[in-house]
Order: sequence, then structure tokens, then C-alpha cells
Amino acid sequence: MASNSGEYIEHHLQNLQACTVDGEWVTNLGQTKICSGNIWAVNLDTMFFTVTLGALFCFLFWRVAKNIETGKPGKLQAMVEMVVEFVDGSVKDTFHGKSPVIAPLALTIVCWVFLMNLMDLIPVDWLPTAAHLVGIDYLKVVPSTDPNVTFGMSISVFFLILYYSFKIKGVGGFVVGELMLNPLNPKELGIPTFGFRILWLPIMAFNLILETVALLAKPLSLSLRLFGNMYAGELMFILIALLGLYQLPLHFGWAVFHILIVTLQAYIFMMLTIVYLSQAHEAH
Amino acid sequence: MELNIPTFLGQTIAMIVFVWFCMKFVWPPIMNMLEERQAQIAEGLAAADKGNRALEEAEVEKQSILDEARGQAREIIDHANTRGGSIVDEARTEAGSEKERILAAAQAEVEQEANRAREELRGQVGVIAVAGAEKILQREIDSATHKDLLDKLAAEI
Repeated sequence: MASNSGEYIEHHLQNLQACTVDGEWVTNLGQTKICSGNIWAVNLDTMFFTVTLGALFCFLFWRVAKNIETGKPGKLQAMVEMVVEFVDGSVKDTFHGKSPVIAPLALTIVCWVFLMNLMDLIPVDWLPTAAHLVGIDYLKVVPSTDPNVTFGMSISVFFLILYYSFKIKGVGGFVVGELMLNPLNPKELGIPTFGFRILWLPIMAFNLILETVALLAKPLSLSLRLFGNMYAGELMFILIALLGLYQLPLHFGWAVFHILIVTLQAYIFMMLTIVYLSQAHEAH
Repeated sequence: MELNIPTFLGQTIAMIVFVWFCMKFVWPPIMNMLEERQAQIAEGLAAADKGNRALEEAEVEKQSILDEARGQAREIIDHANTRGGSIVDEARTEAGSEKERILAAAQAEVEQEANRAREELRGQVGVIAVAGAEKILQREIDSATHKDLLDKLAAEI
């Protein structure tokens, strides 16, 4: 076991990929590394699981929403209502503007991320073994351990941040007011202009660098936090799975703990999205 | 950590599609339902409140009707009592006068009867006296000649 444990881990962390080699679409089945480092590769397993889980979420909630009842809600409807009210409450607590996007966005994020994270609780070998039986050798089951997923989501949030910042504050208000006059506001610091505001330029440039980094750190931290937590969790499961019989109590303990992480990371992703978007709506 | 553009873009697009779907088909009906339910609950509470108030009013009305009925009943009973008393009194006086009347009639009849008997007796005593005298005097006394004497005697008895 020890001799091929490295292989085992590597195997579990390998995506099923497709890419073009010499103008022809190939998968990495049987040629593990053929797509490595290819920036135009597609992670088939990631795409499959994310789209499936997202569709599952949409279908489930859509079905409930379609047959929704005011009077006597069924159990599924009660659950959906609970989630929706929880998200709505979180949005209303933090975000005081009016936006038709933020609440549904938060709902989609929390449910989708939760479902993706939840894949981590399926024993690590089940789905890859099942896939192996139908001839697919590589299958990374937990989509949120793929940075493409977390970056894809956080970039969408980032563009929404930019969109709302520009929309609410205007180009000048955002770029000058938000990015250049913070955190060191020359007016408040009492720096004299001698009639030439241009003298503030060095401070403004300094602010712009700081604030741009801060702005870019938002999507980066958002995605890396989720990715890091889930990747580490998944790696722990794989390592525990290497232990043979002792894995049973350990796996149980880690899985119980991981329920917390799964839920917490989904919640954090949603909450930070709401916070960032509400910051984009309000001048500070 | 490997980044590749198609997966990344695919994720972004998938997310946009799912968020759009959620925004279009999931969020509004659920929110509408929740708002509708809020309205219904508020309505229900208001109705319950109204019902309670109506109940209180009805309670008050009931009490007043009950009091009125109780008063009426007492009045009727009092009335009946006095009426009963007066009927009994009336009957008593009527019975008294009837008794007196019957008594008087009976007395009159008794007196009449006694008088008649007395007359009859008187007549019969006269006859008996005459018969007695006849037996004693037989020949000397002629009933025809001494008739007025005998009548006088009879009248004296």
C-alpha cells in the first residue's frame, strides 16, 4: 500500500480531462498527463458534476416553486422555504439597497456550493470505482476542489461588484472617490494643495494601488478560501482512506467534522458575496 | 492547482445560467407565496380579533337579554301569584254567599214543612178529639150541632 499510496493520491486528484492535441480532441484516459498544463483543456468531471448539481438545485426548487402552496406546505416545500427565508433574512440584514439579483444569486450560491461540498461526504472511492467499471479512469468527485469552479464563481461575483460599483457610484465616484481617496484621504489629512490639486496625485496613486489590490483580493480570497478548505478536506479523506481498517473511526470523525465545513463554507461564500455586493452599493 | 480556460468559462456561464434561472423561476414564486401567506396570516389574525370582539359584544348582549328575561319572568310570576290570590278570595266569598243562600232556602223549606205538619196535626187532633168525644158522649152530642164548638177547640190546640 505504502509503495503506491502516492499514486493512489495522485489518481484521486486527477481530473478527467479533454483537450486538443495536434488539432484532435482527446481525453486523458490512459494518457494521464496528456492534458496537463494545457490551458485549453476541459475538466469533464468538474463540468459534469457542477452542471448536474446546479440543475438538481434548479429542478428541485423550481418544482417546489411551481406547485407552491400558501396554506399547507409539504415537507419539501417547508425545507425550501426554510432555505429561502434564511437567505432572504441574511440578504436583508446586510444589504439595504434594492436589487433583483442579489437574493437569488445568494440562494443559488449557497445551495450550489453546499451541494458541491456535500459530494465530499460520499466515500472517496465509491464514484471513482463505479466510473472505473464503465471505463472512466479518472474522476474527481468534489467540484469545489477544482479551482476553476471557485474562480469561475468568484469572478462572476467580482464582475457584479464592478457593475454595481460603477452603476451606483458612477465611474468618477468609484474610481476617484472609492479607489483613489481611500484609505488616505488627502482632504481629511489636511494636505495643502497650494491651489494645485495635482499635488495630491502621489497620495492618490498610492491609494489606487492599495485599493486595487484590496479589490482584486476579494474574488481571490473568496475562491481560494473555498478551494483550500475543500481541497484540504478531500485530501484528508484520501489520506484516511489509505489507512486500511483504521480508516473507519477516523473517517467517521472527519466526516462529522466535515459536515460543519461543508455547510460553513457554503454559508461563508454566500455571506461574503452579499457583503461585497452591499459594499459596492454603499459609499464608505 | 491547474487552471484552464474552458472549464473556468464553463463554470462562469453555468453559474450565470443557474442564477438567471433562480431569479426567473424560483425566487419570485416563493417570495410571492411568502408575502401572500404573510397577508393571509395578518388577515386571519385580524379576523380572529374581530371575531373576539363580536363574541364579547354578543356576551354583553346575551347578559342583557338574560337579565331582561329574568325580570319578565319575575313579573309574570308575581302577577300570577296576585291573580291566584284574588281568584281564591273571590271563590271564597262566592262560596260563602252560596252557603248562606242554600242555608236560608233550607231553613225556609223546613219552616214551611213544619207549618204544614202543624196544620195537619191540628186538623187530625180535632178529628181525634171529636172521635174521642163522640165515644164518650155518643148520643148526646150531635156532631153537627156541636161542630162550631169542636172547631173552636181545635183552633185552640
